[in-house]
Amino acid sequence: MLKDITIGQYFPGKSIVHRLDPRMKIILTVLFIIMLFTANNFAGMGVGILFLVVGYLVSRIPFSMIGKSIKPVVPIIVFTAVLNMFFIEGGRVLFEIWVLKITTEGLSLAAMMALRIICLIAGTSLLTYTTSPIALTDGIERLMSPLKHLKVPVHELAMMMTIALRFIPTLIEETDKIMSAQKARGADMESGGVMQRAKALVPILIPLFVSSFRRAEELALAMECRCYHGGEGRTRMKQLKLSYLDFVCCGFVVFCLLATIVCNNLLPSVY
Amino acid sequence: MSTPVIQTENLSYVYSKGTPFEKTAVENVNIQIEKGAFVGVIGHTGSGKSTLIQHFNGLLAPTSGKIWIDGEDMWANPKEIRKFRFKVGLVFQYPEYQLFEETVYKDIAFGPTNMGLSQEEIDQRVREAAGFVGLTEEQMAKSPFELSGGQKRRVAIAGVLAMRPEVLILDEPTAGLDPRGRELILGQIQEYHRRNGNTILLVSHSMEDVAKYAQKALVMNDSRVFMYDDVDKVFAHAGEIEQMGLSVPQITRIFLRLAQLGYPVSSDVYTIEQAKAQLMTLLKKGERPNA
Ligand SMILES: Nc1ncnc2c1ncn2[C@@H]1O[C@H](COP(=O)(O)OP(=O)(O)OP(=O)(O)O)[C@@H](O)[C@H]1O
Ligand SMILES: [Mg+2]
Repeated sequence: MLKDITIGQYFPGKSIVHRLDPRMKIILTVLFIIMLFTANNFAGMGVGILFLVVGYLVSRIPFSMIGKSIKPVVPIIVFTAVLNMFFIEGGRVLFEIWVLKITTEGLSLAAMMALRIICLIAGTSLLTYTTSPIALTDGIERLMSPLKHLKVPVHELAMMMTIALRFIPTLIEETDKIMSAQKARGADMESGGVMQRAKALVPILIPLFVSSFRRAEELALAMECRCYHGGEGRTRMKQLKLSYLDFVCCGFVVFCLLATIVCNNLLPSVY
Repeated sequence: MSTPVIQTENLSYVYSKGTPFEKTAVENVNIQIEKGAFVGVIGHTGSGKSTLIQHFNGLLAPTSGKIWIDGEDMWANPKEIRKFRFKVGLVFQYPEYQLFEETVYKDIAFGPTNMGLSQEEIDQRVREAAGFVGLTEEQMAKSPFELSGGQKRRVAIAGVLAMRPEVLILDEPTAGLDPRGRELILGQIQEYHRRNGNTILLVSHSMEDVAKYAQKALVMNDSRVFMYDDVDKVFAHAGEIEQMGLSVPQITRIFLRLAQLGYPVSSDVYTIEQAKAQLMTLLKKGERPNA
């Protein structure tokens, strides 16, 4: 079902990770991604995995949620892994059929790639699971605010993002409802060829578009009624403030990053 | 007794099972709805009415428990679930948002077309259903998006009626309509019930409507079925019903108060006609409170 889509879903909680400043969390996530890409051997990757385990444990997000967020990208992971496995040559040949060869180097590189993608998704999911969409866009807006001097409409972009995020669950709910209503009228969405299935989408997409436009119009009107006029002179109810907690976590991430670099230098690379 | 059209056994449904948002919306429901009954479904907001009725045409599969339609196990063969969708017609809450065709005519024809009927049959059914809910020939050629909210509602109801379901379920079909629109739609539903002896389930927040049209009432409270009985028997439990945040018809409340004051009236009065009869006898006898 559509409801099983979890990317960008927020899991309310009160853990340390939940309480971190969103700006710091975004920066730390970027650092984590850098860490994943600097790691060039399994030890370095292990540091990344360790970091994730700690992060998920501290934030009390069940590990099964990682599986849920990875599910949609499994084909990509498999595809990259298979490509690497067959087309990278080097090291001992383990297996050979026809022109395809599997070598130790190919195999370890494939594993490395797969791990990297999985960690990437698990890490960014941790950010969205522990940060409400509003806090997230707030953080992004503040981080990008220097760009205002370059005439980038930072506030407007952030507002657009907030609205988009805000309406994802609504849209999913609406799609579900319209789908149910059309199924109740005997619409058949589970069988038939590609053409037939595409055609079966029409009764869902049209009402969805119509109601999206209606919603957008209503929202614009409601915002204007409350005198919204862009970011100029707007103050915030929640002021973002860095606390010692943020610096402790930052220290932890930097430590992990350094550990990865040390691993890179001490142990042989898999490339 | 003949087999009930709808029968459930320990039916439960949990939304978002296995996540922190888990929510039991229907719990352990055991009911039997007799063929040809007109049932009013009542319950406070969020009591699980909409969730329960979506099980009856197979839109939701129970988390646990079983359902039989006409004695046939609904989920015995999940591939054939569409069969039950034609048998049990469901009109959703705010159904006007499901319209999509270029014309009202085509939109009403969507259901019958999915049933694979012949062209003449479809045409006949569409015209009949449209006439039934009071849509004019001129409106049939319009785009559904040009209609008013109430007119859209009628189109949506006609779209389900055109499938001629044996059991018709309506989820608050009159929410947000004017009194005349309400009367028209509910009157036509009653007519549909009378004409072919179809079974009707009507979800409503109006106790007056339930009292006026339904023979039986199904009361939901906190995801459970609190009661399923004849309307007068249900409204006799006024105290408990009011505790659930529901109410009994105003007329019933007046008579309960009269009885409290010591007038010799019965407390299961719930329509104007019954009230009139009671008051007439009361006046004739020139009764005073016997307290
Ligand atoms: N799609 C959904 N996902 C999660 N929870 C839901 C969903 N739909 C309903 N619920 C929850 O299930 C419970 C029952 O909802 P339901 O829609 O059946 O109530 P209802 O009796 O029809 O209420 P109303 O009178 O307002 O229409 C509610 O607490 C609601 O929050
Ligand atoms: Mg409802």
